[in-house]
Amino acid sequence: MSSPDSGVPAVRCLGVVRDFGDGESRLRVLHGIDVDVKLGEMTLLVGPSGCGKTTLISIICGLLDPTEGDIELFGTSRRLLSGRALVEFRGRNIGFVFQQYNLLPALTAAENAAVPLIIAGKPRGKAIEAAREMLDLVGLSDRSHHRPAQLSGGQQQRVAIARALVHKPRILVCDEPTAALDAHSGLVVMELLRTVAVQADRSVLIVSHDQRVVGYGDRIITMSDGRVERVERGVGAQREVRSLEAVGSGRVGS
Amino acid sequence: MNWIAWKMLTGDRAKYLGTIFGVAFGCLLISQQSAVFVSILRRTASQIVDVADADLWVIDPQTLSIDDLWALGDNTVLAVRGVEGVEWAVPFYKGMVTARQPSGHFRQAILLGLDDSSLVGAPRTMLMGKLADLRRPDAVILDKAGYRYLFPDEPMELWRTLEINDRRAVIVGICEASPPFQSLPILYTRFSLARDYAPKQRRELPVVLAKASPGVSTPELASRIETRTGLATLHRREFAWKTIQFYLRSTGIPINFGITIALGFIVGTAIAGQTFYLFTIENLKQFGNLKAMGTTNSRLLGMVLLQAAIVGGLGFGFGIGAAALEVFGLTAVSMAVIVFLASIMSAWRVLVLEPAEVFR
Ligand SMILES: Nc1ncnc2c1ncn2[C@@H]1O[C@H](COP(=O)(O)OP(=O)(O)OP(=O)(O)O)[C@@H](O)[C@H]1O
Ligand SMILES: [Mg+2]
Repeated sequence: MSSPDSGVPAVRCLGVVRDFGDGESRLRVLHGIDVDVKLGEMTLLVGPSGCGKTTLISIICGLLDPTEGDIELFGTSRRLLSGRALVEFRGRNIGFVFQQYNLLPALTAAENAAVPLIIAGKPRGKAIEAAREMLDLVGLSDRSHHRPAQLSGGQQQRVAIARALVHKPRILVCDEPTAALDAHSGLVVMELLRTVAVQADRSVLIVSHDQRVVGYGDRIITMSDGRVERVERGVGAQREVRSLEAVGSGRVGS
Repeated sequence: MNWIAWKMLTGDRAKYLGTIFGVAFGCLLISQQSAVFVSILRRTASQIVDVADADLWVIDPQTLSIDDLWALGDNTVLAVRGVEGVEWAVPFYKGMVTARQPSGHFRQAILLGLDDSSLVGAPRTMLMGKLADLRRPDAVILDKAGYRYLFPDEPMELWRTLEINDRRAVIVGICEASPPFQSLPILYTRFSLARDYAPKQRRELPVVLAKASPGVSTPELASRIETRTGLATLHRREFAWKTIQFYLRSTGIPINFGITIALGFIVGTAIAGQTFYLFTIENLKQFGNLKAMGTTNSRLLGMVLLQAAIVGGLGFGFGIGAAALEVFGLTAVSMAVIVFLASIMSAWRVLVLEPAEVFR
């Protein structure tokens, strides 16, 4: 892991092009992206607003099709997956964390965190049990019966992280996970992602504007205007890993 | 996933009840409108249905409804009695008369003449007086609604008199009767007396009522009577249906009510369908989430349909509660169709949803 190009790629983007619209209003948003996302690392995707970050991760996790080019997911062409197979691939292998948390308001924290397992067909009781363990890991064991409306933004995002990891996905994709949070909650979330999410057999891909987040990444991909501008080595792995207690008690980032 | 669908549906209690209320209200509108229509049509045949003892109505083949009876020959009763398998056959009169109130006002009324000896077709529920008193001179029995119409705001009492076609009529009883189409008083009297009360040109025999002997089937007897007398012989229900059809064909009821019912349907559909559609649209983001997280379209469709079935079922239950039972089937079918269409429309929105929208 000495150069930006070492490590096992989980995702390879091969000349990914994406257009939106038709005819006159046709707009090229991605101009041939060639980039890898590696296992065991936290990759940050940064760049100015509108440069195509969200579009790229949508293509990477199979929510959107590339107009040209291909994606290899664990060595398999994304083209071989379509329809139901693609949906099920997503369900099994990808965890999502969104800027707006996107929890189901009618479900408790534990039930929300259990959703990916329920989608995968696990019995509800077992799924919620596993979800409780995940909530424990993100420091919310005492909130498992609360509904999203009864939780702070930072807590909701931690529930979302528990949900994104509960089915042990191989790729975790986070779009602006800290953008809606205050400075402290944002750091708690990043610290959590660093300690809980990053694992040898998982790649974590985070889109962010937030300058404070840059220090957490192992690799930083900078995009501008639909192109990859540079790929750099980050210092995330050298960070002193803080205990969750420290995170919870607010001594993080001080 | 069904559990999640259920939770999504009921999570917001107010929204859930609002959705059910919307469907129930739409359902009520539809069932109310059609119930009124059905009951009005039913009224056109109520004097037929009220004569429960007789199986068969022997009428002139040209007769189209009970309000348009053609005269039969005077010896028809005997002719029918002569048919093998007839237990009994009696004359029955139905006509319109003008009754003069003690105050001097004239009122239209329906006059029913019952066979003098058997009183077949007599009212089944007497509220005051005795049926047997109908055998007294000049005796008539008046229905309750008719009494209220002829003697408004006066206490119900017997032995009041009316004048019908210059003849005295004494009210010896007050009864229940199915409301007639025209909301007119119904006067029951003996057949012989009815012919005196009736206007001169209407003093014929319009109907013979007959009953089959034990062991003889009604359709069989009907065709025997038809062959022997050349007269139409209908079962009570057939004649009622013939009358209803006559009104459907020859009055403005179907058009006017068709419009009202259509409006009820449109408004009811709009309310019920819109409520459910909006419910799904409000939850579109949540469906999009589930889709991104790996829920297949068929599972999502199942979820929407389950929610529709719950809302539709409960809404129907509450909505039909207030409406008549006779339109149960009609309303049930319409509601099923409406909720199905609404859910297909909502489901469509869910199915075509771009999962990449979750990042927006
Ligand atoms: N569905 C779409 N239809 C049309 N244009 C789109 C669509 N999605 C994205 N775009 C356009 O693509 C470009 C890149 O959008 P994208 O959301 O990927 O940017 P981003 O880098 O994530 O920006 P931000 O940091 O503000 O979230 C924008 O100009 C946007 O208007
Ligand atoms: Mg974005």
